[in-house]
Amino acid sequence: MKIPVTAIRLPTRPGREYESRFDREQSVLKMLAIPIASVVLSSMVTTLPIFTAEPLLPPFGLLMFLSWRLMRPGLLPVWSGVPFGLIDDLFSGQPFGSAGLLWSLAILTIEVIDSRVVWRDYRQDWLIAALLIPAVLLGGLWSAGLAHAAPEPGLLVPQMIVSVLLYPLVVRVCARLDSWRLAT
Amino acid sequence: MAPPPHRRPGFSRKAQYGLFVTYVAAIAGTVVAALLLSISVVDPTGFSALRTFGAEITAPVARVFSAVRLSAQNATRVASAYIDAASKNVALEKKAEAERSKMIEAHALRIENARLRGLLKLTEESGQKIAIGRLISSTASSTRRVATLSVGRNYGVERAQPVRGPAGLIGRVIESGPTTARILLVTDAENLVPVMRISDGLPAFSAGLGDGRVLIKPLNLGESPFKVGDVIVTSGNGGLYRPNIPFARVVRKTSDGALAIPFADPGNTPYAIVEQQYQSEARTAQQKAAPDGKAKEVKE
Repeated sequence: MKIPVTAIRLPTRPGREYESRFDREQSVLKMLAIPIASVVLSSMVTTLPIFTAEPLLPPFGLLMFLSWRLMRPGLLPVWSGVPFGLIDDLFSGQPFGSAGLLWSLAILTIEVIDSRVVWRDYRQDWLIAALLIPAVLLGGLWSAGLAHAAPEPGLLVPQMIVSVLLYPLVVRVCARLDSWRLAT
Repeated sequence: MAPPPHRRPGFSRKAQYGLFVTYVAAIAGTVVAALLLSISVVDPTGFSALRTFGAEITAPVARVFSAVRLSAQNATRVASAYIDAASKNVALEKKAEAERSKMIEAHALRIENARLRGLLKLTEESGQKIAIGRLISSTASSTRRVATLSVGRNYGVERAQPVRGPAGLIGRVIESGPTTARILLVTDAENLVPVMRISDGLPAFSAGLGDGRVLIKPLNLGESPFKVGDVIVTSGNGGLYRPNIPFARVVRKTSDGALAIPFADPGNTPYAIVEQQYQSEARTAQQKAAPDGKAKEVKE
């Protein structure tokens, strides 16, 4: 029987699952650049025209930084809190060095926790973030208060709540970025 | 997820030392950051160049988003204006008619005021606009209330110049970069503004609370003389802000002052005007004549 022309399958690009995966390497550039760029860009969110009467915008740079650290232990080096924090200071309006110090203390705290609580699940990570985020925000208030007149700490409560509740979302974004990062 | 076993790198000396070095770097970096923080506490303007750099590199994106935001706001305003247009038109015409006589009266008063000032030989350089820009971003995640303005030294914006919007006082310039400037908003706890009640000129000071409100403290002691709804304007004391810039409306009376909400909402102001310092010559002369020659204005 003659096959009609329309029924002939044109040779299309084969699906990924049939491609050979031997000798395919992950891009080193992507592996390095994605975590760094995501944290820095999250720090830059404050430069968008968002105006709030009180500090309400969650510190996205910190959330992204903690997500990478908690989701992928060993990816960010122990000292990375300092450079990431100093970059965040450029955009956050805090005194320069404030986030550099606080983020570094945060990552060192996680390092200590890592040696105590080795097997953790996602909820424990969230708990750790939920303790560290308010601590860093209060530390930011303290460091701003050293140089300038500062408002009361009670002002930070809404921002703390929003930030802690947003952490799971940021972890999911981070996980998507991670699978993109490691894709061949 | 369990951390990878990088803590025990085995018998490799190189790996052990490498691990050790990362911890040393972490501690050293933390100490350096603490030192940087103490430097910026001692000298708050010390790292302004870095912050200006940060503001400058992100300004193009912020400008675009600010323009998008503004046009979106305009579009909704235009769309909503069509609803009840006819009845609104009638109401506005009535209002304009009623206010015309007041306008004429105010105009006459202004002329008389100028004449009287001429008699008293009061000179002042008030209301000289330096530049008009837009607020393109703010420190929405920090406890500091600082906004970025879309114009800088390219339009002659310098430190310690007052900034106002169409609705009222916004703040003052604390750092100016090549094409951006940073503005300390009146709601920042650091920003003290000499103000007065418009009805009787009762002098007071305003300090930001950091939550969008300001605390108005009268200079005289005793029970708070304010009432809810009182309108506060700048008084011109100190020679930085010129008098009678609309400032805030009292929303709550406290035991020794009042809480007020500023008229100018930085998120909703279409433009921001940078003005000349009120009596800037007198200010500089006064600072030069300080007895020890050191009593300069504290930077930021």
